Amino acid sequence: MNFDFFFSNLPELTITGLAFGAIYALIALGYTMVYGVLQLINFAHSEVFMYGTFATLWVVMALGAADADGVQLIAILIAALLAAMALSALIALALERVAYRPLIKRDAPRLIALISAIGASFVLAELMGLRDRIAGWLHLDDNLSEYVRKAKINNSMAGAIEKPRFEVAGVSISSIDVIVIVAAIGMMILLDQFVRRSRLGKGIRATAQDPETAALMGVNPTRTIQYTFLIGGLMAGVAAFLYMLKLDATNYQVGFLLGVKAFTAAVLGGIGNLRGALLGGLVLGVAENWGQALIGSQWRDVIAFVLLVLILLVRPTGLLGESLGKARA
Amino acid sequence: MNTGLKSKVTSLPKPVKILIWLLLALLAYALPLLEPPILSTPDSDFASVLFTVSIYCLVALGLNIVVGYAGLLDLGYVGFYAIGAYTVAILTSFHASWPLLLAIPVGVVAAMVSGIILGAPTLRVRGDYLAIVTLGFGEIIRLVVLNTEWLGASKGINNIGRPPNVGDAPDGLFELPHLFWGNGTVLLDTKDTTKFLIFGYSDAVPFYWVALTAVIVVLFADRLIKNSRVGRAWEATREDEDAAELMGVPTFKFKLLAFATGAFVGGLAGGLFATQQSFINPQSFLLLFSILYLAAVVVGGQGNRWGVLIGAFLVAYLPERFRGFEDFRVLAFGLALVLLATLRPQGLLPPRRTVRAKQLEQELDELEEGAGGEETARA
Amino acid sequence: MTACGTTKEDGKGGGSDAACDLKLAFFGPETGDAAGLGKPIIQGAKLAVDQYNADADCKVELVKYDSQGSPDAAPGLARDVVGDESIIGVVGPAFSGESAAAGPIFADVGVPTITPSATNPTLADNGWDTFHRALGNDATQGPAAARYIKDTLKAASVFVIDDASEYGAGLAGIVEKDLGDAVKGTDTIQQKQTDFSATVTKVTSAKPDAVFFGGYYAEATLLIGQLRDGGWDGTFVVADGVKDPAFLDAKDAAEGTIITCPCIPDTDPAVAQFAKDYEAAFGEAPGTYAAESYDAANIFLDGIGDGIDNREDMLKFVNDYDEKGITKQLKFDDKGEPADVHVYAYTVKDGAIVPEGEIK
Repeated sequence: MNFDFFFSNLPELTITGLAFGAIYALIALGYTMVYGVLQLINFAHSEVFMYGTFATLWVVMALGAADADGVQLIAILIAALLAAMALSALIALALERVAYRPLIKRDAPRLIALISAIGASFVLAELMGLRDRIAGWLHLDDNLSEYVRKAKINNSMAGAIEKPRFEVAGVSISSIDVIVIVAAIGMMILLDQFVRRSRLGKGIRATAQDPETAALMGVNPTRTIQYTFLIGGLMAGVAAFLYMLKLDATNYQVGFLLGVKAFTAAVLGGIGNLRGALLGGLVLGVAENWGQALIGSQWRDVIAFVLLVLILLVRPTGLLGESLGKARA
Repeated sequence: MNTGLKSKVTSLPKPVKILIWLLLALLAYALPLLEPPILSTPDSDFASVLFTVSIYCLVALGLNIVVGYAGLLDLGYVGFYAIGAYTVAILTSFHASWPLLLAIPVGVVAAMVSGIILGAPTLRVRGDYLAIVTLGFGEIIRLVVLNTEWLGASKGINNIGRPPNVGDAPDGLFELPHLFWGNGTVLLDTKDTTKFLIFGYSDAVPFYWVALTAVIVVLFADRLIKNSRVGRAWEATREDEDAAELMGVPTFKFKLLAFATGAFVGGLAGGLFATQQSFINPQSFLLLFSILYLAAVVVGGQGNRWGVLIGAFLVAYLPERFRGFEDFRVLAFGLALVLLATLRPQGLLPPRRTVRAKQLEQELDELEEGAGGEETARA
Repeated sequence: MTACGTTKEDGKGGGSDAACDLKLAFFGPETGDAAGLGKPIIQGAKLAVDQYNADADCKVELVKYDSQGSPDAAPGLARDVVGDESIIGVVGPAFSGESAAAGPIFADVGVPTITPSATNPTLADNGWDTFHRALGNDATQGPAAARYIKDTLKAASVFVIDDASEYGAGLAGIVEKDLGDAVKGTDTIQQKQTDFSATVTKVTSAKPDAVFFGGYYAEATLLIGQLRDGGWDGTFVVADGVKDPAFLDAKDAAEGTIITCPCIPDTDPAVAQFAKDYEAAFGEAPGTYAAESYDAANIFLDGIGDGIDNREDMLKFVNDYDEKGITKQLKFDDKGEPADVHVYAYTVKDGAIVPEGEIK
């Protein structure tokens, strides 16, 4: 164990860990909300995120962020953020419509919904992976070749955005990490307040607590489920944008591993619990970075899963317990 | 229509039934020699594909005990498969040179012990948590192997032991010709023969026979267990854990038993895979395989042993049969999963009990006039 | 685009009646995760076959066996290859893992293989007469990379990173051993990961003159970008797995990267011609291992041109082969390793990979 290195770089390791953890947390929201309302693992949520990363990439490429600066660059980034949120939300809604609603209507067993989600996840990822072929059929490949180019990693965004670093008390910090952390926490607070106070949020919580009573009280269950997916999709879009801001690169399989981690974060914090998702994400991100510093980067995922098992053994319902509706048995 | 045929079959006298089963088994054994035109795979060796199918069948039967009978969602089943495979690899080649027939039982026991070690602390947590914990377990196994030099790391382990030949190499006891299907004619292909029972590199048929035998043995054992007190305890635990506990079923012990039994079969499948492959590395134990195995069980109809066999066959065979589709294989597989889930949510061949329960539920629903969809969706 | 192959029912089991009806097989990933690595290899072999067919009476067919880079599928495909008598040579298997799984089967039946990309040194130690390698293994490239770091860069401190793949870990292990005390730290990342912040912190805190990364371009592109963002400005040294146009996507961050490769620079006329033909045929610059694959296919095609029509003669032909290819003098020692390997240094300059000269 490399304690010297660990303690001398603790602040830096913590900040980069928090930044990635914030991204986990935003993705985890989608899992946690859908789980809270439907009790099912939305396995395809990772692809919702992946489409968001591509929306960001494409907008930044199309609007030429590499040559822009100042106000122009900010405008481009806002456009990219909106595009990511829009595409992710659209995919999330389509997912609900095609892969879940028919099953919910037929009272299918929950496991089969998981299988449907796994199938949908394959389809979504492969459609993105085959985008060069699809563009070819539509005879768009001449115009779009840069956008649909098949590559193991798509980082046409690299170098487009400056990532200045600054020093606070001898610790070098990336401005992007700060932006990611602040933006993610801000979004979470906003969402938390929204679910707590707004009419729609109350409807979601009511359905999570007791769908039948909620329906009797005039909450439209189908509509509520739709909104849940929509919110999850929007948050995944934000996560995708921040992820691209931090790393510049994506590919069509990027969702899988992140999705597994985000789901781990959701369970860690207590699934169904919004604040739990935030806490779980941040804890996971920091723990991964600390663990990598101590015992080597190859053990990153092992650290994450061992942490999960340990916490579940001590607190079987996660760090903050499960409670989208605040009173789940 | 289906039930008509079924009642006809069940009303046959016992010797006839046994005869039919024997003939079916014989057909299964002869399949790689017959190489029937539509069934056989144009782009990969048919016997190798059949071997893969048998391994999936074994895995699906094992996972069915965990998921279908005991109702425990396991997303890391590939971990047990890996433990079986690696134990065999290490004992026959990497760190020792045990005979295979000794190494496989050890591998199976190792998988079973790891099932108990994993299950003891985690089976107390609720269903969906179990899913993510097992998923983590599967990944941990792979990552530990990948990053540990002693286990071969990414380079893998080769020259894994093979089963002992029956008869003298290179010709064996006798040779069995394969069939060759030309345009409208069927010939015995004397150049393409399988030597009985020589476990060589270029012929997968003997390995397929071994795997098929394992499937049949496990199938019998599965039948015995399912109809015993243990099987009924599993069913009770799955349906309502609290009620089962009140009735005096030690649910935790039975869940652990299901986990260990499943791991046992998974380890066996892994060991057989390793010897046929003669080389393994961590790439064969990706998380994706756990998902494919689960898909096989659920698509076929969890809880029904014939259903999961069909599921395993589809999941393992279709991608090999339609290699020609190249880029679109995974896409088509995903579409098929979504379609199956929406069109046949109970699986292709649901267990009889589920069918009855479903009918009863429908009757009740009709009486109550709808409402309460959510509750049953959680069953 | 690549229309050949995929419908192979005609040749199966029936054997070939005319000596004319010969095939070469590509064995490796065409689809799936690793398709990116397979594509240049397929195209390199296809270019060789197309050029041969352009003025040959008997056309040779290139059949593709898509393993998706997985050792699981390899034995089944290999048994299918050996079952088709008209296939008299295999370009591949592409990865070391599938080579290890398919190798015994090819050796058992006697189908000559030339891999353009599998670099695990132990593959040659299995005693397979059929195994040949058209590129230097990790054990030849690693010491050269270490020499370059020590002698040319004169780096006093080096940080060694690998990606835990058999290629990357093997190479990095050798470099680490050869550099000895100069190594200030090591770390292992995992393939497919995208965030390397902990590794970056390790590097920035060790402040090495150079970082050696053993791995492929996908992770290298991300790693160098994040290292530069992290404020590290030393020299990034990588090996042939990164010598791919896609690495240039890292833009400014990639500038100054040293790439070692056991492949002749395209300032050599034969190589330049290959690069030109390749670009004309496929509309892109040759990717990693395209040239090795072209060489491998050409060895078999030379044999077919000489009238060889069976595996036994082809195996003998390949074992005795000694001609100049575009990547090196193509001659195999008795283990199947290339007898003559030179390692060259390349550097990324103004958005292009330019040769620097041989590493002596």
